[in-house]
Amino acid sequence: MSSSPSVPRSGTATGVRRVLAVSDRTYRGGLGIAATLFVILLIAFVTSLAIKASPAFAHFGIGFITGTTWDPVHAHLGALTFIVGTLETTLIAMVLAVPIGIGTALMLSHLAPLRLRMALGTAVELLAAVPSVVYGLWGLLVVAPWVRVHVDPFIAALFGHTSIVGGAQLGIGLLLAGIVLFVMVLPTMVAISRDVLAAVPTEVIEAALALGATRWAVLRRVVVPTARTGILGASTLAMGRALGETIAVTMVIGNTDRIPSSLFAPAQTMASVIANEFTEATEPYHLSALIAVAVILLAVAVLVNVVARLLVRSVSRQQSAVGIGVL
Amino acid sequence: MTGHRNPTRRRAVGAAVAATALSLVVVATAPLTASAAVGRKSTTTAADPYANTDLHAPAATLTGAGSTFDQPFFTRAFYVYHQTDPGLTVNYASIGSGGGIAQFQAGTVNFGATDVPMVATDLAKDTGGPALQVPIDLGGVAISYHLPGVGSALHLTPSVLAAIFLGNITMWNNSALKKLNPKINLPNQPITVVHRSDGSGTSYIFSNYLSDVSPTWLSKVGTGKSLNWPVGIGEKGNEGVAGFISGTPYTIGYVELAYALQNNFPAAWLLNKRGNYVKPTFDSVAAAAASKPNLSATNFPIVNSNGANAYPISGYSWVLVYQQQKDATTGTALVDVLDWLSHAGQKPAKALGYVPLPPNIQQLARTTLLKVVGPDGTVLLKK
Repeated sequence: MSSSPSVPRSGTATGVRRVLAVSDRTYRGGLGIAATLFVILLIAFVTSLAIKASPAFAHFGIGFITGTTWDPVHAHLGALTFIVGTLETTLIAMVLAVPIGIGTALMLSHLAPLRLRMALGTAVELLAAVPSVVYGLWGLLVVAPWVRVHVDPFIAALFGHTSIVGGAQLGIGLLLAGIVLFVMVLPTMVAISRDVLAAVPTEVIEAALALGATRWAVLRRVVVPTARTGILGASTLAMGRALGETIAVTMVIGNTDRIPSSLFAPAQTMASVIANEFTEATEPYHLSALIAVAVILLAVAVLVNVVARLLVRSVSRQQSAVGIGVL
Repeated sequence: MTGHRNPTRRRAVGAAVAATALSLVVVATAPLTASAAVGRKSTTTAADPYANTDLHAPAATLTGAGSTFDQPFFTRAFYVYHQTDPGLTVNYASIGSGGGIAQFQAGTVNFGATDVPMVATDLAKDTGGPALQVPIDLGGVAISYHLPGVGSALHLTPSVLAAIFLGNITMWNNSALKKLNPKINLPNQPITVVHRSDGSGTSYIFSNYLSDVSPTWLSKVGTGKSLNWPVGIGEKGNEGVAGFISGTPYTIGYVELAYALQNNFPAAWLLNKRGNYVKPTFDSVAAAAASKPNLSATNFPIVNSNGANAYPISGYSWVLVYQQQKDATTGTALVDVLDWLSHAGQKPAKALGYVPLPPNIQQLARTTLLKVVGPDGTVLLKK
């Protein structure tokens, strides 16, 4: 500092204070602009989407959300098929990812030997870094034929003649999309759950052990309940990725604009129909309808996020009320 | 050295941040007010400062956007053109016909490319005045399938093809299919129909053909780039459809001729209007094109055409240009390159699996381009 000519070597106290005050103000102003910019960008983004989507909403009305026919040629467009497709693929992915993810996270945080923990932990983080198109390619070229030959007949036999396993077994379809999504969201689920499980205070665990709890009882009744807010958060993030995933789903779901009648049936999600059709959407209302689908996708994602937040809040309140001693 | 020594500089940085923020907001909100406000400023000329020394070869950069079908051809052809005329660079963005039309209408590109000509009502929306549509390349659609041990021997009639894609024929050993293919041992397996999931000119030509031959298809599904398919699964792109067919037995779908030829895919024989079974080849698609000499942008389908050897599922792709160019230099470069593209440039097209334009259509492209004028009304193409 002393070598700098622009700063008074031994300025008066007020001079220094003034310099500080100005730089503080500038600094705060800069940060304020950055924060405001973020909000303005978000508003501009949502508004522009809404404006571009409004012709479709105005023309089709509520039928756009309840309609199941997607016929761009005759300008008869309803998005329910895609809403269902998005929710169903996400559901399959989460049904697989939540138990397996929590199990893996428990293994990594409490059970595995230290060296294995680090190796497995790195592997999980690497999985999270794989681009989604690679998952899509792998799903289409490797998993789909395997699912067609091995998994589909097995599940068909497992569920017998219930209607959820009817139809042709092509490999690609609702089930494969769910499986690929599961693999894609698993790293998110595991990495965050592992961190929150590892953060459970040692004293709590030792207290439980001291009271004579078995290892299983400690994990089930102390560790997991203590970390459940964080696990819910992990699930929310994972679900967010599953809801919006586009390219990998497009490659493996079969892209058919019908509500899937079985686990093996091809389907279409909101993200995949947008990716599929927007480049050539020249028919009347088609482009506007695709943007309207984007608005619905955004709304569903926000809704799921809000519900998850409320759930987290109620769970954490319950937790603090009851305490963690639920042995 | 992190001191607070230069508040003015800080403030300047703050102002810069604010300015950036403001411009970002403007950019972010621009599309919702009027995309036309972005303006027609892409006619960049004189990229090379030395080029102006030769008045006959002014340097220019042209931008185009649109059809993905045209992309391999354009990339190759513009590269070849650049070798002979280094003064001109053409950038083509294959963002899809829909995007190409939108960019063209907004005036952000010099030319658009679309697999289906624009209709008059859409042309009226253009910001740059009346537009012209030039046929630029020609392609066919092959019916491909996966029947173990059958090869390229499958024969189909228009009505049977329509019935398969309508979901009325669902088994490979259906009696109608058996009757057409007495020599093939058709399996007792369900037919899996594969179609394009992305909006595509290939789907347009294919559905245009089915609408032409099947009244049921016309009323139920119709003609378009994205369709409400009665049966089947969707795969993205020719490679998606072809990949799924080759990996899954008992499937049937349609792929672009270029793609089928390059990958040596089985392609069905199709009964044409004159009662002959025809395979999709360069010659049979060219025969289809030649059988309709009075082509125009309003009367463009060549599906189910009348030639004896014509393959019935074929179609053109089109380039969009404004009739009056804002800049004579750029406009001249544009019509020159498009004229070359529709004549000598057809040679690289064939190497890539596109069918070269018949001479009469090459002439049509030229007469259309001769209508393009500069700002002062002079014809730009000197042919």
